[in-house]
Amino acid sequence: MMDLIGNLGMGLSAALTPYNILFCFVGTLLGTLVGVLPGIGPTATIAMLLPITLSLSPETSLIMLAGIYYGAQYGGSTTAILINLPGESSSAVTALDGYQMARQGRAGPALAAAALSSFFAGTIATIVVAALAPPLTSIALKFGSPEYFGLMVLGLAASIVLARGSVLKTIAMVSMGLVFGLVGTDINTGAMRFTLGRPELADGLNFVAVAVGLFGIAEILRNLETTMERTAVVKRVAGLWPSRADLKAMIGPAFRGTVLGSALGVLPGGGAILASFASYALEKKISKTPERFGNGAIEGVAGPEAANNAGAQTSFIPMLTLGVPANPVMALMIGAMIIQGIVPGPQVATEQPVLFWGLIASMWIGNLLLVILNLPLIGLWVKLLTVPYTVLFPAILAFASIGVYSVNSNTFDLYVMAAFGIFGYALSKLDFEPAPMLLGFVLGPLLEEHLRRAMTISHGDISVFFTRPISAGLLTVAVIVLIVAFLPNIARRRNEVFVEED
Amino acid sequence: MDIKNMAASGTLLAVGLGFGISSVFTMDVGSALRMGPGYFPLILSIVITVIGAVIGVKALRDTEAFRPQIAPLRALAALIVAPILFGLTVRGFGFIPAVALTTLSAASAAKGQKPLIVMAITLGITVFCLGVFYYGLGLPVRLIGPWFGV
Repeated sequence: MMDLIGNLGMGLSAALTPYNILFCFVGTLLGTLVGVLPGIGPTATIAMLLPITLSLSPETSLIMLAGIYYGAQYGGSTTAILINLPGESSSAVTALDGYQMARQGRAGPALAAAALSSFFAGTIATIVVAALAPPLTSIALKFGSPEYFGLMVLGLAASIVLARGSVLKTIAMVSMGLVFGLVGTDINTGAMRFTLGRPELADGLNFVAVAVGLFGIAEILRNLETTMERTAVVKRVAGLWPSRADLKAMIGPAFRGTVLGSALGVLPGGGAILASFASYALEKKISKTPERFGNGAIEGVAGPEAANNAGAQTSFIPMLTLGVPANPVMALMIGAMIIQGIVPGPQVATEQPVLFWGLIASMWIGNLLLVILNLPLIGLWVKLLTVPYTVLFPAILAFASIGVYSVNSNTFDLYVMAAFGIFGYALSKLDFEPAPMLLGFVLGPLLEEHLRRAMTISHGDISVFFTRPISAGLLTVAVIVLIVAFLPNIARRRNEVFVEED
Repeated sequence: MDIKNMAASGTLLAVGLGFGISSVFTMDVGSALRMGPGYFPLILSIVITVIGAVIGVKALRDTEAFRPQIAPLRALAALIVAPILFGLTVRGFGFIPAVALTTLSAASAAKGQKPLIVMAITLGITVFCLGVFYYGLGLPVRLIGPWFGV
């Protein structure tokens, strides 16, 4: 306990330097911005900003990137409430009751409920991360190659279960991502793989180019299918502060949402989205008046918002302690660490304590900044929704092109970005999910490396994965998870959970 | 026949067979004990190919209409050309013309825009990018490239 306080103190003193506060602010501001604006999400934004973080110190850059991520969760709910268009997939649930509240003239309390319960969840989740990270790190330090292999397989399996649509197609996507990740020089033998004779591919496909193509260009194309007319129902938001009755109705859902979100967020593969759905279902189930849900129940805003924010925060745990990304954004954070010359993994906590604890402490500061940004400045965000998309997307494309180019000053990366843009768009039309593919892309080289090492240690005996207790446990869970995904009953439920997202 | 899943199957078969054949013929596959560069890619290619085949067989039996909502060809072309233009011109023409061309291409994706508005958007975004990336972040690029003879 004393350790926890001491560590958080160290983190706070690192995060509270004016410089880091400034970048935390910039991150949360940018995050809110992209969260509010439909058609650009945190994944694409962080991908574009990765090259820029080179000029910052490691902790400053991670603090800023993290701010973008949880800032987007806040901003996404603003759009969901005001125009019934979730800026982020995890705020899709918020739109159900939040938009109804806005139509009844209660946009103010809805926004306040979202912001306050998010802040509450953020505070608790920061403590959860701080408390869980060190013990998990010490377990992770004992991990050998078979354990890492098992863990990554479990992560990929979870991303398959949590993705929308056909399980078979998602497995194919993960495999495709893995194999794309292997393009380039084989580190063990120096052999060129799938480079088609292009020297630019010797270092592999550029991750930023792939991510921006899959998530940036493909997303803009989806938005251009229909001419988007966005009209905010609320031009001005008055009466922000919730009444005493509202506050009382919020506490329970916010607390339960935080617990659910913290637990589900640790799961690899998009826990925040699942958490908000689960929280909504739970609140509806235990409510004495379930018929109010869908008609502007404040519990239906507070619970899911707390859950998705808590989930967003605890999804840092696998990344920080194991170096294994839980979602594409965490994959980008790992990319940011690698750019800075830090090897992600359990040793980060001991070798870079200032970075580790500074990042955790900055989450709480970021959440505080977000409440300040979102509540008094709500008028500004409402105004922003009137920026026409025809101005927005050329700007996004220009930023993306500059960003991708500046990673390596390599023009070839721009062609990769264009190619993955069209490929990603085609895949989405064929009902393939891009997110598991990106996760596979990041994990590909790591997974292969640990598989090879494990097989060398065991002299080619595959049973090594099942005789070591931790890797056996992880792989068993992975297999169970996959079997569960194939069960027709669950498969149907899965579709129900995700159907409201469209 | 289920056209959508036929296309999905075709995509998977193309990727799976492409990578698989390449792993077998251009790389050393090795053995489980001493995995060559082709070993892991080959396993993945087999997984992708098998899934592609399963989806394909199922699609042959099903009947499903496929009328996807697809972005207009104009938008598709404009958005894909935009980053390529940037790549082709940033070295030769320099940063300013490259950003302007990219933005111009992207901005013409939307139908029915007045040319004057497209020009205004292009100008505004170019100036903004110049300020943010060159002056603000100190991106090491040439503003005007050698192709202009300066």
